[in-house]
Amino acid sequence: MEEKATSILYVSGVSVTFDGFRALNNLSLVIKPGEMRAIIGPNGAGKTTMMDVITGKTRCDTGEVYFNGTTDLRVLDEAAIAQLGIGRKFQKPTVFEMHTVFDNLMLALAGDRGVFRTLFGGLTAKGRKRIDEILGIIRLGDLAQTDAGGLSHGQKQWLEIGMLLAQNPKVLLVDEPAAGMTDDETAETAKLLKEITGEHSVIVVEHDMTFVRDLGVKVTVLHEGSVLAEGSLDHVSADQRVIEVYLGR
Amino acid sequence: MITRLLLNGLGGRAWIVLSLLLGLPLLIVLLNLGFPEGSALHVPTYAIALLGKYLCYALLALSVDLVWGYCGILSLGHGAFFSLGGYAMGMYLMRMIGDRGVYANPLLPDFMVFLNWTELPWYWMGFDVAPFAFLMVLVAPGVLAFVFGWFAFRSRVTGVYLSIITQALTYALLLAFFRNDMGFGGNNGLTDFKEILGFDIQADGTRAALFLASAVAVALGYIICRTVVGSRLGKVLIAVRDAESRIRFLGYRVERFKLFVWTLSACMAGVAGALYVPQVGIINPGEFAPANSIEAVIWVAVGGRGTLVGAILGALLVNGAKTYFTAALPDVWLFALGGLFIAVTLFLPKGIIGTFAPRFAGKKMGSGQAEKGVALSEGGEVKPVNASAGE
Repeated sequence: MEEKATSILYVSGVSVTFDGFRALNNLSLVIKPGEMRAIIGPNGAGKTTMMDVITGKTRCDTGEVYFNGTTDLRVLDEAAIAQLGIGRKFQKPTVFEMHTVFDNLMLALAGDRGVFRTLFGGLTAKGRKRIDEILGIIRLGDLAQTDAGGLSHGQKQWLEIGMLLAQNPKVLLVDEPAAGMTDDETAETAKLLKEITGEHSVIVVEHDMTFVRDLGVKVTVLHEGSVLAEGSLDHVSADQRVIEVYLGR
Repeated sequence: MITRLLLNGLGGRAWIVLSLLLGLPLLIVLLNLGFPEGSALHVPTYAIALLGKYLCYALLALSVDLVWGYCGILSLGHGAFFSLGGYAMGMYLMRMIGDRGVYANPLLPDFMVFLNWTELPWYWMGFDVAPFAFLMVLVAPGVLAFVFGWFAFRSRVTGVYLSIITQALTYALLLAFFRNDMGFGGNNGLTDFKEILGFDIQADGTRAALFLASAVAVALGYIICRTVVGSRLGKVLIAVRDAESRIRFLGYRVERFKLFVWTLSACMAGVAGALYVPQVGIINPGEFAPANSIEAVIWVAVGGRGTLVGAILGALLVNGAKTYFTAALPDVWLFALGGLFIAVTLFLPKGIIGTFAPRFAGKKMGSGQAEKGVALSEGGEVKPVNASAGE
């Protein structure tokens, strides 16, 4: 119980079944404020489903999901959960391609999301400044007025990370941020994510072991919908069961 | 705040569109009233009525483009809102007939006397008061759209399923309004109008005024649409259109944005219907026919989806072509129109405006840089295009 009270994200005993397939099986995970956690696991281990449950896209059959120790996420929808301060970056970069880079960030910028506020309210000077800052951080300053659809794959990934920053969430869920990136971009991304941690809690799902090593944080290994091992990367890679899962029997 | 919003909506080439929308009709009216019949410059009154009808269609097309072009809601039932607005106006015009009807009943419209009704149904009350009736032109379609949208968008009905439901909605209303005991004139609808706001509805002056009113309505509709799509809300709408689930994860309640734009659009369609009825002189359940709603979507597609100007242009062109073909090629006009649609789909998938004049569409159609500056004017001050790029 104490664990729950001090956590920013508390997932306990969560199971999700799709048409008889158990995507999550009694999964438990506790993230502390300011912590960064890497989640690895083979395909079908339930990584994306876990994110779906936390962000309200999928409802869990059993178990508890709490934000900040007190807010029950199981009864909220995506928009409410996002407004609480849980941001998500998708595996496939999804930005608004018809909007400029600047407008993408503006849409993500923390602020009032009401219908009439967005109709009548413009962008504040403070908001504009924050967007300029983020444009600098994600190195897209020169492309601010380019349609996001025209960005390269790596740039879209970065824009999406920028959108997460603009949202200023308390928890960031980042799904395979290094997918499709060059080695240099991957290293840069790891650096960027490390910079973000501290103010935010970050959960990173990743396949790329070099990337996870670059992050140098606690690792949770998922397998068949539950936690197989937890600890430092060296610790888990020495675990016999993890080796079996990854290398096959 | 509102002024800035309006200025933002009116940026770029909106002024050209507005001058054309208001200037041309004014010129046509001058030619109609200022020159005697037989003069080479005279525009006949029947042409005024015809053009007025086209303008009402243009407003309907605008309303369809607002939800379809910018929010991705393909409505195949916008004719329902158009017709409801038309019926509200028709009820007012019926009450204005007074005792000049065939049965000379001062209170009851002819069809009610014919049905042996002795009392005016409660929902006909108040329609003899013009402001109330005109309010109902907005309220009737608005409320229907709000209730329909509330359930549909909350349940996350999207895409083709939503289109089918909108189609069912207008078809259900068609069947309902056909029934005599609904109290809306059944099959024959409402007609034989005599006067509007005290003016003879057949008089040249009244027709010219209605025509100009339609032009003003289209211009206002255009300004409203431009304002909405140019605001931050407009950007959310486009984001909903392109990646609905993504914008949810940014914390926007998609259903509320859809509901807002859907209801606004329905009210606009209602106004179009209300202006249409006095100009064509009749409203009957046939206006609810699903084919009408589908035609409105075609006008938008021909002119260019998501361009607003294209919707107006498409409605005017297609209806002009329809009028021309029905006279010139009475036997094959349907094929000629069909051919036009196929040609547009094959060769102009972005529509006329999207293909030939994307700059008129605002920034969302083309990738041209020219309109980009407008996007930045959100903050109140207009900044040069790359101002935000400097570190």
